[in-house]
Amino acid sequence: MFSQIMGDPAARVFAAILLVALSGVPGLFIRTGATGQRLATAASAVAAALALPSVVTMLLARQTATYSVFWNLPFGACEVAIDPLSAYFLIPIFVVFLCGSVYANGYFPAARHGYAEARVTFFYGLLAAAMALVVIARNGALFLIAWEVMALSAYFLLVTEHEEPEVRTAGLVYLVATHIGTAALFVYFSLLNAHTGSFLFPAAGGLHLPAVAATTLFALALFGFGAKAGLMPLHIWLPAAHANAPSHVSAVLSGVMLKMGVYGILRFLSFVDAPPLWWGGLLTGMGLFSAFMGIALASSRRDIKRMLAYSSIENIGIITAGIGIAVIGQATGNARLAYLGMAGALLHVINHSLFKPLLFMGAGSVIHATGTRELDTMGGLAKNMRWTALFTLAGVVAISGLPPFNGFVSEFMLYMGFFGEAASSSTASSYLVVGAPVLAMTGGVALICFVKLYGVAFLGAPRSAQAAGSHEAPAAMLLPMAALAGACLFAGLLPQALLPLAEAAMSVPAPVSAGLGGSPVEPGWFTFAGLGLLGLAAAVAVLLGRRLSSLPSSASRTWGCGYLAPSARMQYTGTSFSEMFTTLTKGVVRASVIHTEIKGFAPKPSAFGYVPEETVIERFLVPMFNVSGSCFAFVRRVQSGRIHIYMMYFFVTLVTLMIWTR
Amino acid sequence: MPDTILHILLVLAMPPLLLGVIGKTKAAFAGRVGAPYLQPYYDLSRLMRKGTVISETTTWLFKAGPVITLAATLFAAMLVPFGRHPAPISFQGDMVLFAYLLALGRFFTTTAAMDTGSAFEGMGAAREVTFSALAEPTLFFALVALTRLSGSLSLTPMLNHISTGVWMTTGAALLLMLAGLFVVLLAENCRIPFDDPNTHLELTMIHEVMVLDHSGPYFGVILYGAALKLYILGALFVGIAAPFTSGDGYLDWVLFAACMLLLAVAIGVVESVMARLRMVRVPQLLVAATILTAFSFVLIVR
Repeated sequence: MFSQIMGDPAARVFAAILLVALSGVPGLFIRTGATGQRLATAASAVAAALALPSVVTMLLARQTATYSVFWNLPFGACEVAIDPLSAYFLIPIFVVFLCGSVYANGYFPAARHGYAEARVTFFYGLLAAAMALVVIARNGALFLIAWEVMALSAYFLLVTEHEEPEVRTAGLVYLVATHIGTAALFVYFSLLNAHTGSFLFPAAGGLHLPAVAATTLFALALFGFGAKAGLMPLHIWLPAAHANAPSHVSAVLSGVMLKMGVYGILRFLSFVDAPPLWWGGLLTGMGLFSAFMGIALASSRRDIKRMLAYSSIENIGIITAGIGIAVIGQATGNARLAYLGMAGALLHVINHSLFKPLLFMGAGSVIHATGTRELDTMGGLAKNMRWTALFTLAGVVAISGLPPFNGFVSEFMLYMGFFGEAASSSTASSYLVVGAPVLAMTGGVALICFVKLYGVAFLGAPRSAQAAGSHEAPAAMLLPMAALAGACLFAGLLPQALLPLAEAAMSVPAPVSAGLGGSPVEPGWFTFAGLGLLGLAAAVAVLLGRRLSSLPSSASRTWGCGYLAPSARMQYTGTSFSEMFTTLTKGVVRASVIHTEIKGFAPKPSAFGYVPEETVIERFLVPMFNVSGSCFAFVRRVQSGRIHIYMMYFFVTLVTLMIWTR
Repeated sequence: MPDTILHILLVLAMPPLLLGVIGKTKAAFAGRVGAPYLQPYYDLSRLMRKGTVISETTTWLFKAGPVITLAATLFAAMLVPFGRHPAPISFQGDMVLFAYLLALGRFFTTTAAMDTGSAFEGMGAAREVTFSALAEPTLFFALVALTRLSGSLSLTPMLNHISTGVWMTTGAALLLMLAGLFVVLLAENCRIPFDDPNTHLELTMIHEVMVLDHSGPYFGVILYGAALKLYILGALFVGIAAPFTSGDGYLDWVLFAACMLLLAVAIGVVESVMARLRMVRVPQLLVAATILTAFSFVLIVR
């Protein structure tokens, strides 16, 4: 019986999800020692070993497995299903969860954190399982339940260090923002129910609606899922939340949870039989706007984790732009465009879930070693943290979209989509190619951001005693980083391995792409270019090395341009590195500079401060919230803080609803 | 096959000559005799024989920087067609790889600069990445315009499509594009009016200040790499500006080499008659170049 059930790949995936959900439970009862954490790590490894091969085989075979769930909730029939789109999004969930669980053994050990560790491990498993359930749910109510479990376990994870006021504020903002998004999703699923007569998801392409209804649904999906994905301008909660969570949690939040918003949008698009052209235009525009703004803001930050969080907004923007291009292709029947847009978006989903967790883990090792997130007090970490520095370098090159790593592959697909439109004969669609220079500019700014991050944190001389006394991270932290860095290089050199998976997944939201019968981009060229580049570099290195071996070499101090007493504080800081670009983009990326004027013959002591701000939040949203807060102050009176009063509210609401529905 | 060999030979041997010609032109304008045409080659061979001094602050990245940058630039050089001849490596989308290989080189040049922990080198790195980010859209606008014009997605057919006939019909757009590309050529290679390769004040430099600490063969690799970058961006420019063919394959190679030397003279003239811009003016010129190429794109699409 057991072996019969486990013979079904879908059943193996469900078993893995259950295992993930329960992975933290033993730790709650075994209160002493690291046994709970070890068990959870083992469970995550077993779950990944169970789920990943099954998911990949199902994807390659393009199987869809549907199961009815028996429940007696009043939301009609309930189904869970694994179709290619679901299967595709299950991959990053299991990969990142496994890496994060291993990493936690070094980063958040039970020995140091006591019971907090058990709590984090429990919610970590619950979060991953809830995300998996979101992806396989086929009933609106089940989807929302999973969505809420996901949102709440993420909340409990990110307020792990709730002693800090900053963390509590970030948690509160996240909680409010996520529920505003969820509220939109309640309306979305109710409307869907009203149109289809069931909470079950409509079949792919099975939703035929008048334009107004379709547009309303699209707007709600874009708002609800866009807020979760962190699309600009719905991103307000994201940077603070991702910066304040423990690093292995940030890795999952940034690397995987944001993608749940992307999944929601893709799932909605799969319902609609013929998405109008302007949806694609809007998605492309929003995506490119997010990409550019996200990276421009990232480049001006001083907090290493905030930089990474803003760069997630950029990457989600790139993914959304890809989806938008695909929708345009779908709407105009252009198979090539649909294929390239979807391939870019879906490959970037996987790629971002490889390099972003890697970078958050690198940042975690740095914070672990120096005790600070402030970039400008670091420096010279590559000396003491060789391996962390090496793996982070791989992540940094990959996220900048440079060959031979994986970020290049997905961006290349988008470029080919844009360029292909330029080559086509129609005038209207060739204006789409304006996206190419915008994407190029985004790539250029990404270079500013990540040269700054890497150069200031890892290179040069240490700027503080903590940075000088840094130490390498333990093996439990290095191992997942090594695996992720290797995966980034592998996916960059052999995109052939991932492309069939993306092809299977894209057939759901963009069926037009199947008309192409294969990739318009020959993936062998990535292998050729990557290996050629590595070969050339090796050849130059060997020739240079041979030349150098016969020449004298000596060590000295860095040339100070004639100044004989340089100190580490004189180095270019991260703030000064990005100052030029920040000044150029003053309209959107502000920095408040605090300094007192120096005057007179005996000037008073003076100080200089530089605080990067975010215009959208600090100039627009915060004042708006303040105003609305004072307008609705009277509502606070109902909040007494006494439990019996709240229970009375429940009762009164319930009775009122019952009377109303009679 | 002989074309590929000649292409590789030119890539390996000719780039430093451009620097020699630029120097000679500037000397002629200043009324000096100037260094010999082959001076950059003498410099390179001297550097290759010198010992190295390595800063104690640095890590392996400092040494890897010049190597990876040169490898990326060499690979990029294989993607650009020289004159009317096809590039040795050509595939759908090679122009994107071309741009990103240059970006890869920039990444490693700037990280190697950050590795020294010098304020000056950090300053140069910051300027380099900022200006390049602004120059990037210009290159891409030019590339999409060329794609539109030729209907192909690879550098070789893209540039070989340009002919005197195309110039007759879309001359205005091509002229605007060339103006934008010339600005990118000067900015990416740190020539006047963006950067002065001969200045002696570290505070005002961009490229030269990033490589202050590299010495001996490492510096030689950097010098050659920089010359090569000038050469391939120049080849891109010449491919559009001089769409002539003599009909004979070998004569075309001579024609191409002559055009490249002419370009070097033009750069020398610009360097002689212009002063370098104040640092705050540089972004304005780069944005103006973007708008020029955007105009050329609109003219071509229309």
